[in-house]
Amino acid sequence: MAFTKYNYNSFDLTTAASKGLSFNSDADGFETSSGGSMTLIKTLTASSSATLSFVNGSSDVVLDSTYPIYLFKFISIHPATNGADLKVGFRDGSTAYDATKTTTYFSAYHNEAGDTSGLAYDDGEDLAQSANFQNICKSIGNGNDESGSGFLYLFNPSSTTFVKHFISNAASYEANDYILNIYTAGYCNVTAAIDGVQFSMNTGNIDAGTIKLYGIKDS
Amino acid sequence: MALSKVNFNSMNVTPSASKAIKFNSSNNGLEAGDLGGNLVLLATQTASSSATLSFTSSIDSTYKEYIFKCISMHPASDSQRFQFQADTGTNTNYNQTITSTSFRASHTEADATAGPSYKTATDQAQGTAFQTIGESTGNANDESTSGTLHVFEPSSTTFVKHFIATNNSSSAADNSQQDFKAGYFNTTTALTIVQFKMSSGNIDAGTIKMYGVLSWHLQNIIIIVLI
Repeated sequence: MAFTKYNYNSFDLTTAASKGLSFNSDADGFETSSGGSMTLIKTLTASSSATLSFVNGSSDVVLDSTYPIYLFKFISIHPATNGADLKVGFRDGSTAYDATKTTTYFSAYHNEAGDTSGLAYDDGEDLAQSANFQNICKSIGNGNDESGSGFLYLFNPSSTTFVKHFISNAASYEANDYILNIYTAGYCNVTAAIDGVQFSMNTGNIDAGTIKLYGIKDS
Repeated sequence: MALSKVNFNSMNVTPSASKAIKFNSSNNGLEAGDLGGNLVLLATQTASSSATLSFTSSIDSTYKEYIFKCISMHPASDSQRFQFQADTGTNTNYNQTITSTSFRASHTEADATAGPSYKTATDQAQGTAFQTIGESTGNANDESTSGTLHVFEPSSTTFVKHFIATNNSSSAADNSQQDFKAGYFNTTTALTIVQFKMSSGNIDAGTIKMYGVLSWHLQNIIIIVLI
């Protein structure tokens, strides 16, 4: 006897790509459903990489009005060059990651010897209407076990009305055996949509590490 | 009349254990996928005059990041530090080596003082003590500390393991205190367990939820069909 299987269009609802099927709120029909509020969009893994780039519409990356907030997680970023900084740039219409930024940058620091610690604003790392990449994880050591990890939120990148804010927090195993707890925030002072984000070291390659892009909806 | 039910193998999709059925990315077929979002609740611990709250399972290579949400942690004793540590393998000493930073923004209810300050008393330099993540928490009925702790890639056997914690406390001195702690477990051995406690006395009440951040695409949802 032939065995009949139900296909995707066998159900009484309008189908939608990458959605699930659930009972509706009245439990008298079907509707499409999504997962939680945080959706993984893309993972990039460094392997002696000069840059890691997330570009809307390329390689399955979504970075547009689909989500009001985007979250980048950078995990165990290991530089090829000792003491290199992880930096970020934003694309605002052209292919260059040169959106103008004004930012703040401060960090807490403490060394393994326990004789130096503090909290300091670093005016060498902030930006004032600059197109330069922003340092978000400073002076990462390249010892075999050394790396930097953290996250960066980008708010409403598709807005053509407002500037685009971003907030980052990172922990760096610093080249001279300090822990750095780094806080960076600022805005891309453009009203053009941000459609691409690129990460790189200020010198040398990203030897290893992972950067994940998530979309956060309805937040 | 007998009710006919659609069985698991009645769908035009290859079954996969513990997966849900969803429309594929081209919207022209079905596929098996994961349930829920990318933030997966793994465990919940609720304090009830508890000396410690420990998470002793589910910390492995499944997730590259774990998030602990500490909600309304209320100490039994006044002005306590809320702390955590981790350990490796089957060890339960909770004494891994930590180098960390500690600073705070505070503001009194009386609006008398405010500002940021580095806190040398709660940083560590290759120390093995419990790491403070919330400070001076009062034990009055309405006082507590709440916050979030991220632990990155605890299963790595290559890198040290970073953590970042942000807590806000209603302090014994009636301050709002936001504490910022970050550091690393200076070990290349995988961390497998995490424990929380107060610096002195019990955790009178409070809830800690441990989440894993999934490393792959997820969509929903369970499909159940009755015909």
